[in-house]
Amino acid sequence: MDFAASLKLVAPEIVLSVTGLVLLLASAWIGDKASRTISLVAVASLAVCAFLVAPLLCGGAMGPDTVVFDGQMRVDAFAAFAKLLIYASAGVALLVAPAYFERLQAMRAEYSVLVLFAVAGMGIMVSATDLLALYIGLELNSLAAYVLAAFLRNDNRSAEAGLKYFVLGALASGILLFGMSLTYGFTGTTSFEGIRAALSGELSMGALFGIIFVLAGLAFKISAVPFHMWTPDVYEGAPTPVTTFFATAPKVAALALTMRVALEAFGMQTGAWQQIVIFAALASIIVGALGAIGQTNIKRLLAYSSINNVGFLLIGLAAATPKGASAMLVYMIIYVAMTIGGFVAVAMFKDANGEQRETLADMAGLSRTRPGLALCFAAVMFSLAGIPPLFGFWGKFVVFQAAVDAGLVLLAVIGIAASVISAFYYIKVVKVMYFDEPAETIQGKSDWVHWALLAIAALFVSPLGYLLTKCLGTLADKAAAALFFAA
Amino acid sequence: MAGFPILSVMLLVPLVAGIICLFLDAKAARVLALLATLVDLALGIVLWANFDIGGAQWQFVERVPLFAGFNWALGIDGIALMLIMLSVFLMPICIGASWKSVEKRVGEYMAAFLLMEVLMIGVFTAQDLFLFYIMFEAGLIPMYLIIGVWGGQDRIYASYKFFLYTLLGSVLMLIAMLWMVHEAGTTDIPTLMAYDFSPQAQTWLWLAFFASFAVKMPMWPVHTWLPDAHVQAPTAGSVILAGVLLKMGGYGFIRFSLPMFPEASSQFAWLIFVLSMVAVVYTSLVALVQSDMKKLIAYSSVAHMAIVTIGLFSFNVQGLEGAMVVMLSHGLVSGALFLCVGVIYDRLHTREINRYGGLAINMPKYALFFMLFTMASIGLPGTSGFVGEFLSLAGIYQVSTVTAAVCTTGIILGAAYMLYLYRRVIFGEQKNADAAAMPDIDAREWVMLGSIAAVVLWMGVYPESFLAPMRADIAALDARVSRAEPQSDSRFKLGTPKPADHADHSNHAAAAAPAAPEGGAH
Repeated sequence: MDFAASLKLVAPEIVLSVTGLVLLLASAWIGDKASRTISLVAVASLAVCAFLVAPLLCGGAMGPDTVVFDGQMRVDAFAAFAKLLIYASAGVALLVAPAYFERLQAMRAEYSVLVLFAVAGMGIMVSATDLLALYIGLELNSLAAYVLAAFLRNDNRSAEAGLKYFVLGALASGILLFGMSLTYGFTGTTSFEGIRAALSGELSMGALFGIIFVLAGLAFKISAVPFHMWTPDVYEGAPTPVTTFFATAPKVAALALTMRVALEAFGMQTGAWQQIVIFAALASIIVGALGAIGQTNIKRLLAYSSINNVGFLLIGLAAATPKGASAMLVYMIIYVAMTIGGFVAVAMFKDANGEQRETLADMAGLSRTRPGLALCFAAVMFSLAGIPPLFGFWGKFVVFQAAVDAGLVLLAVIGIAASVISAFYYIKVVKVMYFDEPAETIQGKSDWVHWALLAIAALFVSPLGYLLTKCLGTLADKAAAALFFAA
Repeated sequence: MAGFPILSVMLLVPLVAGIICLFLDAKAARVLALLATLVDLALGIVLWANFDIGGAQWQFVERVPLFAGFNWALGIDGIALMLIMLSVFLMPICIGASWKSVEKRVGEYMAAFLLMEVLMIGVFTAQDLFLFYIMFEAGLIPMYLIIGVWGGQDRIYASYKFFLYTLLGSVLMLIAMLWMVHEAGTTDIPTLMAYDFSPQAQTWLWLAFFASFAVKMPMWPVHTWLPDAHVQAPTAGSVILAGVLLKMGGYGFIRFSLPMFPEASSQFAWLIFVLSMVAVVYTSLVALVQSDMKKLIAYSSVAHMAIVTIGLFSFNVQGLEGAMVVMLSHGLVSGALFLCVGVIYDRLHTREINRYGGLAINMPKYALFFMLFTMASIGLPGTSGFVGEFLSLAGIYQVSTVTAAVCTTGIILGAAYMLYLYRRVIFGEQKNADAAAMPDIDAREWVMLGSIAAVVLWMGVYPESFLAPMRADIAALDARVSRAEPQSDSRFKLGTPKPADHADHSNHAAAAAPAAPEGGAH
């Protein structure tokens, strides 16, 4: 594989890096007054990248043609699928931001630049097939994310969120590095293919520890229980557009990375990690459900909801089959749409002065004061609860179907029974909006961009989403086939 | 009719009307909702008229491979047809019942009801396992909103309880469905109805389905959501809940549990019998001491549903037909009783039995209708209740005499609590001046109650109209489950026909002779 071909395959990352650098210079010279334009340019660059990546997914790219830089990365249909999802989420985070920050006079051009760098890092994460490339991508993404969490530097909560995210993220990176070094020590290689071959026989104790630490480090990044503690604080403290970003793009990237590590590098030792994943899945579902019950802040509630959702996603991983991987990808799309809908709606909860309102009490009786907003948010809530006919049901459906097909019936039974607990707080939100007397606090006008994004997300999670199941299923199958090509 | 997707149209009409209702003001929303439900009723009548009795088992079949993993597959047999007729018949009445009593957020209310109608028809027409599940489960959302937004005092507790109880019941069914589809390789309900799962698997699958349907039905001891939901729901909500939603549980047993898992059904028949016996006696006694009218009728629903379950699990034609007739009859009668409560609730805004009394004096027409429905609920011959209960009990007697004996006491207890209720509300002194001053029913209420009364009498006097479409399907189901029929304790003996010694009987005897060996078995 020659160098030019490699460069062509990493073109999206190059585009993003170059655009990011150019925009950084532009923001330094022009200043913050150009920040709206800069964010639009950033969105445009994401769109360009999406066009570069889409053919790989539609063509179901896999095999030796997709290997980049002598096995550092593999830009196959799986990577393309995850990247498209990341670009979409990042695009939303960029579009939501101006209206949110401008009111606080905190819209600075660096926001878009940081998002672009984070996205470039995520692109490397999802296509990495070597522990080193993995780490570079992960850190590029994380460093940008720490700054984004503390973006409202005058706001105590935001600064706290940034610091917490940084300290715990650094700890997670340390654990991950430790696991990687153990893995390297016991297999003698950093490439996924080499690790796979080296682990094909009996598993040594050291290598087992390597697997455990790598998975623990990744569990931090996807905020699976028991490494979830940072999530509610960071999601609550970070500015809402940043939370929208955190709950979607990095989560997709980290999950895709986890899938690649577990199914490719450790693919011969399914038995070794399956029980860890099963534990993490069930614990995430249950803790995510119970933790949310007492929350009064809607962002914290959605943070627990995202922990809960990661649990369902991990059920697909526990199946360890192409069908499970495909189900996870379908779930991820739906999860991203629901999360975007949820957080964009939260960004629209403003009182008459334009102040953000984030508590459940503020949302009381929203269905009478802002019926459209309440309807969309209720749809997102029922969808997150997985109640048909909303589209969120489909995500749970495919994941549980994969688990049942893989013979994990008991896991499916416990998981779905625990999902009823989470239904409790989702319908509590609906209750507050529909049954309670109006609190009349949320009155502020919303930006049309917010409305448009919310409407798209709501339409996607509405029953109309089922019309997409065939298309989504085909794409996810292609991506999963690419992931299992090496296997 | 060939080619016209009448079932899809029946789903589409209320759906579109419901969405439009969201944007209309109160008056227009009421009119539109009534029109849409009447159109659906008309379509239902067309459906019944075109249903070919004795023809193919599945008629009006539609199949579009629209989704990944499952199909848009619709089709009905006689059993589904009858339940669809019940739904489309009750819906305009529900809209009528809410005409004046619902004043806030009318557009949303009508939209929720129309969505409910879509989902009810969807449940009874779905021919794809997952499509069924989606329709079955989706009904939670509109019902949750109906109870929570337009309900009574404790509406929030009741709506939570309703939602979570039924959700927990049905999620396990989803896992069972996933396993079945994995095993059988199809989501097509008619195919699955003929698929033989291994008896061990059947045990687990049956239990998972039972968890869902028992809650929906509801069977003792998971019935506790029902009294709360009924009491708090607005009148029309109670009507649709008692009239149609409870029937989804019975429909589930008859469509899934029995034909798909005959061995497990037989294995667990004792469980059904025990729970039903407890339900009949216990909930009847509970009903006897209620001071809230709606709660009393809600408990009576649980008792009546127990008669349905014993009929279903009697594994013979009488029992199955009886169960179906009880379901239809109870749908009409309990709906009508809730309407009766609603009529006086609209006037006095209380459901306390003690606040009323002597209504026969100032509301004679109302008293007449209430009397008819009370009698139908008790199961007086000539009303629909009698036909169903008699057939059900005759069916169960062939399997378990003890169950039959215990459940028959339900009729006596039923007479006790219903007549006691009637005496306290309609007869006696007029204790309260405001209750004594209530006007008699108006034309709207007359039409609502009168139309139900007509059907109740029709079903009581000539049940053949309702049994005929279902006969072939029930016979097929009976043939399917007969291999697993539980041991009977009723020790039927074949009698020897008496020799025909009377001259005037000789003609009959000669004609009956060839059929005698077969006829004696029943």
